[in-house]
Amino acid sequence: MSLNEEVEILRNIPMFANIESSKLKLLAFTSERHTYSEGEFLFRQGDEGDSAYIIVDGEADVIIDTDDGPLTVAHFRKNALIGEIAILTDVPRTATVQATTRLDTMVVSKELFFRLVMEFPQIGVEIMRELAKRLEATNARIRELTAA
Amino acid sequence: MAEDRAEGNRPGRLPGPETPGYRPNVPLERSIFRFIMKYSKRQQLVVLALTFISWPIIYLTLELPKAIIDQAIGAREGWARDVLGAEMEQITFLMVLSFGFLFFVILSGGVKYVLNVYAGRLGEQMLRRLRYMLYSRILRFPLPHFKKVSQGEIIPMITAEVEPVGGYIGTATSTPLYFGGLLLVYLGFIFAQDVYLGLAATALYPLQIYVIPKLQKRVIALGKDRVREVRGLADNIGESIAGIAEIHANDASVYERAGIARRLDRIYTIRYEIFRRKFAIKFLNSFMAQLTPFFFYAIGGYLVIAGDMTIGALTAVLAAYKDLSSPWKELLNYYQLQADIKVKYEAVIEQFDPPGLFDETLQLTDDAGPESMGRTLDVASLAYSEDGQSKSVDGASFSVDLDRHTAIVGSGSSGRDELALLLARLVKGTGGRVDLAGRHLDDLPEPFTGRKMSFAGPIPYLFSTDLRANLDYGLRHRPLRSPAGTDAGTAQRNRYIRDAHAAANIDADPVADWVDYDAAGVSDREALDRKCVDILRLVDLGDDLYRFGLHGTIDPEDRPELAEAMLKARAALRSRLDETQQSALVEPFDRARYNTNATLAENLLFGTPAGAAFDIDRLAEHPFVRQVIHEAGLADTLLEVGRQLTETMVEIFADLPPGHAFFDQFSFFGSEEMPEYQQLLARTAGQSPEEMREDDRFRLRSLPFKLIPARHRLGLLTEDIQAKALKAREIFAATLPDMLRGEVELFDPDRYNRAATLQDNILFGKVSYGEANAAGKLSALIGDVLDSLSLRDAVMAAGLAHSVGVGGARLSAAQRQKVNMARGLIKRPELFIVNEGISNLDGAAQRRVLDAVLGEMKGRGVIWSLHRPGFARNFDHIVVLKGGRAVEQGSFAELDKEGSALRELLETE
Repeated sequence: MSLNEEVEILRNIPMFANIESSKLKLLAFTSERHTYSEGEFLFRQGDEGDSAYIIVDGEADVIIDTDDGPLTVAHFRKNALIGEIAILTDVPRTATVQATTRLDTMVVSKELFFRLVMEFPQIGVEIMRELAKRLEATNARIRELTAA
Repeated sequence: MAEDRAEGNRPGRLPGPETPGYRPNVPLERSIFRFIMKYSKRQQLVVLALTFISWPIIYLTLELPKAIIDQAIGAREGWARDVLGAEMEQITFLMVLSFGFLFFVILSGGVKYVLNVYAGRLGEQMLRRLRYMLYSRILRFPLPHFKKVSQGEIIPMITAEVEPVGGYIGTATSTPLYFGGLLLVYLGFIFAQDVYLGLAATALYPLQIYVIPKLQKRVIALGKDRVREVRGLADNIGESIAGIAEIHANDASVYERAGIARRLDRIYTIRYEIFRRKFAIKFLNSFMAQLTPFFFYAIGGYLVIAGDMTIGALTAVLAAYKDLSSPWKELLNYYQLQADIKVKYEAVIEQFDPPGLFDETLQLTDDAGPESMGRTLDVASLAYSEDGQSKSVDGASFSVDLDRHTAIVGSGSSGRDELALLLARLVKGTGGRVDLAGRHLDDLPEPFTGRKMSFAGPIPYLFSTDLRANLDYGLRHRPLRSPAGTDAGTAQRNRYIRDAHAAANIDADPVADWVDYDAAGVSDREALDRKCVDILRLVDLGDDLYRFGLHGTIDPEDRPELAEAMLKARAALRSRLDETQQSALVEPFDRARYNTNATLAENLLFGTPAGAAFDIDRLAEHPFVRQVIHEAGLADTLLEVGRQLTETMVEIFADLPPGHAFFDQFSFFGSEEMPEYQQLLARTAGQSPEEMREDDRFRLRSLPFKLIPARHRLGLLTEDIQAKALKAREIFAATLPDMLRGEVELFDPDRYNRAATLQDNILFGKVSYGEANAAGKLSALIGDVLDSLSLRDAVMAAGLAHSVGVGGARLSAAQRQKVNMARGLIKRPELFIVNEGISNLDGAAQRRVLDAVLGEMKGRGVIWSLHRPGFARNFDHIVVLKGGRAVEQGSFAELDKEGSALRELLETE
């Protein structure tokens, strides 16, 4: 897959939709492409976080360790951004992410990610929106679980 | 000690430390003249003889032209001359004289050549002798002396400062004699003409002889100062290099610069003063030289006018005086040189005579001392004081069993460091004694202490070679075997020995095999390597060694079986990858396929550079590669790819601030080159390749060589270009000139690649960029494969070739200490003395290594000066040191009680 195709993928992700293409090229060019086989872990809860992942193809589960054992709290598909919390706040990974199919990702380094957020406020807004949405989903799931 | 002479003489021994002409413990001659006379009296006589021989020849070369002109050419009347009883025509006579002249010119030149070569060689021999003597002195310096003199001071003494001495020695006796003789001859001639004029000509000599040395004296003193200041400069520079981290960390670079500037100023003022005085002396000299002709004109002229002297006599005297000035000048020059050399020599010699030098006979002897160390080491009222006042060891008395392990504990100021050094005889006690094997420790030869004892201090030194040579350093005492392929017995070797003896240097061959395998309890090199691996594993260095091995190279001709084994591992890894469906982790090298995880350069070369010619980073510059590219039809294609690549880079990186980390990490050119490439793009826009400037073409064509499709994902290297690159690869391999064949190891699935690391040989491909954690997964797989083939030890043995860097700088402080412990164990000492030794290791590793070393030394002696008293639990016997005295001794259980000194130490830990 070439750089231009990757730029197209990035453009399909809402938070990158309005960013000029040379910046997306920089993002694509400076990120690495990693492929995970089914069942492989991208990272585990408690690891140091130094990069975020964009799913180019495939699916992954987000799993949290609880007292009752691992609990799958979310499921990510193509175009999703994963792992940005750890690089935003310098906390260890808050969850484990495991590939459920063969998974093709773009790995964005912490430094590049910050640069983009600083330079393009709309990425920051998009991330806020995404995080809020995720918080709401998590809350809903907690309500579900406590009701059950 | 001669009665103890042990089996020193093995069959087939190579020359040992005995050196003809070199006497151990010989004092250095205080004056250079005595040095010259002592070591080159005979050669100086030869130089003199050659000088005397040259005199009549030179005389003849001066005399014959006169005869040719006066007698052969100038003669007119009735020719026929008697020469040696034969009659001769004028022409024949002229020819005889002319050829005679030619003969003596050649002879004179020949004698001069022989004399110069002989004198030059003599000077070099004497210089070599002097340097060797000085170096030998360093090996005898008492260790505390090195706290006072620095490397920076000592090195220039042996290298630069004595250098002019050699040139001087060759001519030391011949120059004054030759020119002195010449002077006397001319003086005799003048005096024969007229005594008064003779007196006039030499009237100023006494003044010159009196005044010049006076003036010279100050120059000599300044010369001494200069030597001292230059040494100080060397020392300052050495300190700056050693303390470079501290200089930066403390913003002290300005301060250091100021210090150096002041030093340079001192050297400058001294040199300036020297020049001023030197030229003043010169001025005075030439003034006096011209004063004499003044007298000749004035007084001689008066005498001629008065009729007391003929004008012919005056001109003759003037001519003679002109001849006189040249040898006189030479003599004065010689005097100045000699004075300068004398200062230099003495300034060096006085630095090489500290008190307390080691006895050299104990170092150079073949007497290995008593057969064994015996059962105990006894310390009686041992005292040590570095400055002669405060005693760091003060009457320590105790006894140590040499089949048990003894710990010495005490606070940092208890004298525990010094005691360890004293017991290892690295410093000498200032009172009391240490007895070992029924002898005084100080009297035992170094071949005894250095072979039966090991010592490991807290700050080990590793020599700038590989791990292997550092580990077997304790086994290299004498040359034992002359390895195959060396020049033993050849003319070259005999020349080496002859010249070594002429300068009283040791003649032992440093490239012979010095390793004493018996001492390590093994039979040969291979067994010793296995032992090294085991011992390094023991001191917790096994994993590092394995990594060194994997990332090192081997020569398949030296180690054919290992190369073969690596090919097996290559095959095994491939099938393991296939079995576990992980073959995507590596993209193997395939002659028929483009490797998308490799650069274009690597794809084209399809091999590993074995020399400098095909450096991957500069491959595009190589003329042969350029030719191949043209033949494969890639030239214009690469130009276009280069343009697109430049455009992309400019587009992506143009907005980044200069110096941003991304440039280094990702870009194909640095931020400072950005404007150049922008101009290049503008300049070449719309140009056909032919229209472009040559260096533009070259630049654009070079860039794509670094492209890795799987990593950069720019889509620039299309299928078509890849196909052309494969063609270029074929052309490269097929037309590679013989001259360049050794410069590249082509990839071949069935052959070991000598230029690649062991790991790359096993992988035989590139690690895939796209696969997550590929490197980690592969290293685990390679480990499995090597274990299943029982090759891990062989790879570790290959790691012994790892270069440790200058002073071991490529290893961490902890690794250096581990290597040092291993070095101490490998020679299987009867007694291992350790001073801290493992203090840089982390806590858990310290305990592991301590246990392992004690386990290995079971039944043999260990004396360990511990930095952590808690470790004393592992020892059979403990000596507690306080204020330089042994205040408690016994087992841990005996000493660990309320109020004991040991308990006190344990509680403060």
